[in-house]
Amino acid sequence: MATENILLAGFGGQGVLFAGKVIASAGLIEGRELSWLPSYGPEMRGGTANCSVVLSDDPIGSPLVTTPDALIAMNQPSFDKFCDKVTDGGVIVVDSTLVPSTHEIEGVRLCAIPAAQMAEEAGLKGLANIICVGKLFAEAPFCDKDTLFAAIDKCVPARKAAMVEKNKQALKIGMNA
Amino acid sequence: MAEERKIVYQRPHALLPVNTNYCPGCPHGIVVRTVAEVLDELGIEGKTVGIAPVGCAVMAYDFFGCDMIEAAHGRAPAVATGCKRVNPDNIVFAYQGDGDLASIGMAETIHAATRGENITVIFINNAIYGMTGGQMAPTSLPHQVTQTSPYGRDVSTAGYPIRVCELLSTLDGVALAQRVTVDTPKNVRAAKRAIKKAFQYQIDGVGYSIIEVVSTCPTNWGMTPQDAFGWMRENMLPYYPLGVFRDVLAEGHESVAEAAIERAKDCPIVMEGGK
Amino acid sequence: MSEKVLMKGNEALAESAIRAGCRFFFGYPITPQTELAAYMSKRMPKEGGTYLQAESEIAAINMVYGASAAGARVMTSSSSPGISLKTEGISYMIGADLPGVIINVQRGGPGLGSIQPSQADYWQATRALGHGDGHVIVLAPSTVQEMADLAYGAFDLADEYRTPVMILADGMLGQMMEPVVLPERREELPEKPWAVTGHKGQRPHNVVNSLYLTADDLEYHVVEREKRYDIIRREEQRAECVMTEDAEIVVVAFGASARIARSAVVQAREKGIKAGLVRPITLWPFPQDAVAATLSTAKAYLSVEMSMGQMIEDVRLAVHDRVPVEFCGRTGGVIPTPAEVLAKLEEMNAKGGE
Repeated sequence: MATENILLAGFGGQGVLFAGKVIASAGLIEGRELSWLPSYGPEMRGGTANCSVVLSDDPIGSPLVTTPDALIAMNQPSFDKFCDKVTDGGVIVVDSTLVPSTHEIEGVRLCAIPAAQMAEEAGLKGLANIICVGKLFAEAPFCDKDTLFAAIDKCVPARKAAMVEKNKQALKIGMNA
Repeated sequence: MAEERKIVYQRPHALLPVNTNYCPGCPHGIVVRTVAEVLDELGIEGKTVGIAPVGCAVMAYDFFGCDMIEAAHGRAPAVATGCKRVNPDNIVFAYQGDGDLASIGMAETIHAATRGENITVIFINNAIYGMTGGQMAPTSLPHQVTQTSPYGRDVSTAGYPIRVCELLSTLDGVALAQRVTVDTPKNVRAAKRAIKKAFQYQIDGVGYSIIEVVSTCPTNWGMTPQDAFGWMRENMLPYYPLGVFRDVLAEGHESVAEAAIERAKDCPIVMEGGK
Repeated sequence: MSEKVLMKGNEALAESAIRAGCRFFFGYPITPQTELAAYMSKRMPKEGGTYLQAESEIAAINMVYGASAAGARVMTSSSSPGISLKTEGISYMIGADLPGVIINVQRGGPGLGSIQPSQADYWQATRALGHGDGHVIVLAPSTVQEMADLAYGAFDLADEYRTPVMILADGMLGQMMEPVVLPERREELPEKPWAVTGHKGQRPHNVVNSLYLTADDLEYHVVEREKRYDIIRREEQRAECVMTEDAEIVVVAFGASARIARSAVVQAREKGIKAGLVRPITLWPFPQDAVAATLSTAKAYLSVEMSMGQMIEDVRLAVHDRVPVEFCGRTGGVIPTPAEVLAKLEEMNAKGGE
């Protein structure tokens, strides 16, 4: 009866909502219970954005993740705000390009990767979010590997079909980081 | 000789055989009858839906023989919009007074007009709230004494009256905006021609049409019907001159859409979108 | 059956309404219901329907009034401050016996309040959606699937009883995505011989009206409508009961807070506390029968709400004050946590054991 409470946080425009949707879609493909809840309102416009994703084998109560098992932090304020909320045995993925100051937390695995820089170097500008998802998957898998790639197919809109392969490439980079 | 007799005057079919609630000498009766005659002459009673306002014409749903809706105060253009959008083949008209149309319902009026809703509005402007007993209206004249402007409308505190046809004629969605009155048989015939044209524009899909009828309120003005018409001619008509303020067909356009493009010909997005 | 798709609650409401035969939407932008209007603006033209952004919420509800009078399935949506503006038109719809569906994706109040999820419009929805004697059927979804299902059914209820129906959602349900199976498209819609569509010379004129200047006349119509309300009170109460068979502490919660309450109840059971949940799906009529049915085992009730406590009054009425009814909630847009509710249940359980 597994439940994964995942929180993704960063600046608006970094794609945290999309990254959350990829994880949620993986749950959909595997027929699990799931919820995806964004922060909304003025903070979407240039401020911080975050998104709660819950994957579970049971009906989901609150979709709001306040104590995540997994945190993807894509900017400093997000790391500072949520790092102490991660549950014992949980994992934090940070984009060290944008989160220069991190610290170890007892009982929590901290995975710092320069996702934005890696994306830039691979010609995948703007896909640091998906690199982080790949890293999270490698550290704490929340679905089958094939499912995650299928989730990309599901989430990239038809008019941006060219982005499918780039997203998958970003996933792989994250998984091997 | 029986065969030489002919009917020269009778109740229009679209006017139901009921007593109205209008005061003696009130021009509402003339306008309601005129609208009913137009519905008869255009043969559209069976596909017309009328919207009654809140005000003296609130009971108009009992007078007109076509299908009717009673709207909340000022909301007739919004109600007409909903109704017309559902059944575009219906002919939809709103019958409104000055408080209803130009005060509480001004937002609905302006936006229905600027959307170019293909509806017809009959607007009775008698410069007073009649139903509630003679309060100041948005069209009450400067210095006009009413129950709520007992020392006369003071424009320094109450502001100025609104000239509705002039205001609406600035909007691109308006096909026809004309001001008439019904104080003489000649003017009644002219008013009827205007009302008929407004309905014809709707039938032809030209766009939003409004006919403003400058009217009187003998009861709340405290005058005989004849004196009231005299006061109206003397004071209201100079402020609210009769005439056509917008008529897109007469101005040489085929529709409001074409007229709107003509007006904005230096605006690239309008021109490119219009192609 | 159609496949499961991932959808926002606001979008599920919109798509489901279209599938229920709604082809007319009139609205005005407000957070957090915006996705619903945006979805309608995209989909309606493709369905041959009408999306119209009105000049105000007041105009929007009056367009609903006009479209409903003309016989169409029609909807509007807003959020708390906007619903206050719509209450004028809703009262007129009640008075004129017009069907229609109104969505309230609630946010915190009073005043401009917040844009975060709230349930503080319970009193407005169940007591005062406009002036005068009258009610609106109020449905409270608690999942995205239920957003779809209740929006779909709302049109049938509205037509059957000739009344406005409100979906009382909140910012959380509106914004969140969950898997949802969308209902089949409705092809046949009920006839509406009372609608104003032009009499074509074949019947007396139809009049849609809420004005009766004679007191006796108005009383007659209000009393006749009340008879219909009695049928609704009898036939349409809906609630979900979870582990209530032997429940000593019965939690009553709807919508988003019911999700939190359910988690707390499950956790309480794991700790040996005999807790259960009654989740009202209809808020008006309030499911008194489902609540009263738990009285045989209940020693106390707990109303969990995202407000300062509004539904608690209906819970007290339903249990006739025979046992204590307590409250647990957060307001202003704060979502309570299962832990808070669990702590309250533990406190009540300890008190009951004394």
